[in-house]
Amino acid sequence: MEPVTTIDGRAYPFGQKNVDTDVIIPSHWLKTITREGLGRGAFESLRTDPDNLFDSAEFSGSPILVAGDNFGCGSSREHAAWALLDLGVRAVIAPSFSDIFSGNAFKNGILTVVLPQDAVDRLAEVARTQPIHIDLEQQTVTTPFQDRFAFDIDPFRKNCLLNGLDEVGLTLAQSDVIGVFEDRVRAERPFLATGVAA
Amino acid sequence: MATTNPRTLYQKIWDAHVVERRDDGTCLIYIDRHLVHEVTSPQAFEALRLAGRKVRRPDLTLAVPDHNLPTTARRDAAGQRIAIKDAQSAQQLAALEANAPAFGIRYIGDADREQGIVHVVGPEQGFSLPGATIVCGDSHTACHGGLGALAFGIGTSEVEHVLATQTLLLKQSKAMEVRVEGDLGPGVTAKDLVLHITGVLGAAGGTGYVIEYTGSAIRALSIEGRLTVSNMAIEHGARAGLIAPDEATIAYVKGRPYAPKGADWDAAVAWWRSLATDPGARYDKVVVIDAAQIVPSVTWGTSPEDVVPITGVVPAPDSFADASKREAAAKSLAYMGLEPGQPLNAVEIQNVFIGSCTNSRIEDLRAAAAVLRGRHKAPGVKWAIVVPGSGLVKAMAEAEGLDQVFVEAGFEWREPGCSACLGMNPDKVPAGERCASTSNRNFVGRQGPGARTHLVSPAMAAAAAVAGHLTDVRDLVC
Repeated sequence: MEPVTTIDGRAYPFGQKNVDTDVIIPSHWLKTITREGLGRGAFESLRTDPDNLFDSAEFSGSPILVAGDNFGCGSSREHAAWALLDLGVRAVIAPSFSDIFSGNAFKNGILTVVLPQDAVDRLAEVARTQPIHIDLEQQTVTTPFQDRFAFDIDPFRKNCLLNGLDEVGLTLAQSDVIGVFEDRVRAERPFLATGVAA
Repeated sequence: MATTNPRTLYQKIWDAHVVERRDDGTCLIYIDRHLVHEVTSPQAFEALRLAGRKVRRPDLTLAVPDHNLPTTARRDAAGQRIAIKDAQSAQQLAALEANAPAFGIRYIGDADREQGIVHVVGPEQGFSLPGATIVCGDSHTACHGGLGALAFGIGTSEVEHVLATQTLLLKQSKAMEVRVEGDLGPGVTAKDLVLHITGVLGAAGGTGYVIEYTGSAIRALSIEGRLTVSNMAIEHGARAGLIAPDEATIAYVKGRPYAPKGADWDAAVAWWRSLATDPGARYDKVVVIDAAQIVPSVTWGTSPEDVVPITGVVPAPDSFADASKREAAAKSLAYMGLEPGQPLNAVEIQNVFIGSCTNSRIEDLRAAAAVLRGRHKAPGVKWAIVVPGSGLVKAMAEAEGLDQVFVEAGFEWREPGCSACLGMNPDKVPAGERCASTSNRNFVGRQGPGARTHLVSPAMAAAAAVAGHLTDVRDLVC
């Protein structure tokens, strides 16, 4: 994963509540066996409108998406995160995210920034004409108009993003601890330890 | 990790699976069961291969194709595989068929009797157990919570993490109780109940929570009904749904192929009986619902929260307090081709889909067949299909003669899979047409580009097929 420190640039003033993962990437794009090339399918149903944000000369390629409440609800498809990444989006700002989407975004180095609705509304307004600056180390979103919004982030996620850490590798380093747990389950709850033969 | 304080069911399962607790509250949680299907796994297996990593516990993993498979015949008369026309689907299915044995994982093949939707197969095989942690790269994994398992959907990076380590790094969610007291009326089913709950909570109402469904109406549900309710926990935003295991759960699990046997069984039952929420345990939020108030329900919009009773009308966007909801409702109505004030029970439909991990179990098929017996779909209904949740459900239904009831009513009787729930295989609803669907999502384009979905129970879908429009099933059978 690429380290994330700051994200600068134009932001799609997208808004919209309950944007689901079928809107972010429709299911027919899910037949791929790779993670690449999904940007073309991102927001496909919205992009049939010739005046859509994502293909506009002004916003196309923006690294930030300003979204509405419950962004990424619905399916667990990580393709939604891959599609945004392929579209060039490195951060999404919204009042709330679905739990699964925010986990998927994080694992792909996409920063999800949760801010109150009025702050998100203000950023959407600024985004129409000006760039936005996100500083992960400082945990702030700022604008050329001196707006400054502080956001919270889980310290573990922050550390992984800042350093581009591979979570699987980190956990594999704890194999012994996992082995000890498995031994305990075998003794205390053997019915859970018994698996299925290939 | 055990404490003497009163604990919720969720807390007990969580505590039993903490491998390591970190200072910031993040826990390394052990995963007991992992279900894998073809759509969200290829990139995970590829990542393992590239990094030279193995699957830590292939024996705790079960692979079965479901999302992409056509629901037409899979073998010809000579037993030869019938080629899948869509090259990408075929490639994805071939990847799972190759990856599972390469990593030592039990694979249920596309034409095996046990094949079906992962969330039907897991409980049916006794692979999903009460008190277990269960994950799958699919958001409807919440389904298994109907057995009292802590089950939730994960993304592909987490699929890779579980394959490699059999754990996940998680922060504990908050606990919500949704208590449904009283009796469901005649013709009102588990699906109507969970649609109603979704309408009450909203699509984001459960975000950040694990929901335990309690109360006499939940206790009275069959296991199939409980799986239906927990299945849609994600539609009100919850990470997982839970229903405490009881004697009905134990009877359901007993004797299934992968269920514990002998002394293990006795130990399992003793543990499961200890899992119910302790008296005095605290939930972060409690919502109480009166079962007697619930009417057969239907969705009018493009979010599962857009629920009204079948006796109701399409709401006006202006009736919503929230500005963004007013905007969303106006867009939904334009997409759905509906007008405010229009009675739902007069909305004509052209398609009927009975299936999905929400409603494809034997009880669902019985409920639909009971409405259809001796009746036929209306002339305006062009396409009506029944897609059983698994080969075993299909066989059971055929042994009961349900397939004949469906065929005589003008339905197609298909092979198991996810099918028109998400339109990844050829089963799609044409643009601009309506579908009375027993699935779980009415999102824009979910059942095919431009398709208009109305979520309903199996009995309501059958009633709509007969009437040619959405209708109150109670007028036909009660």
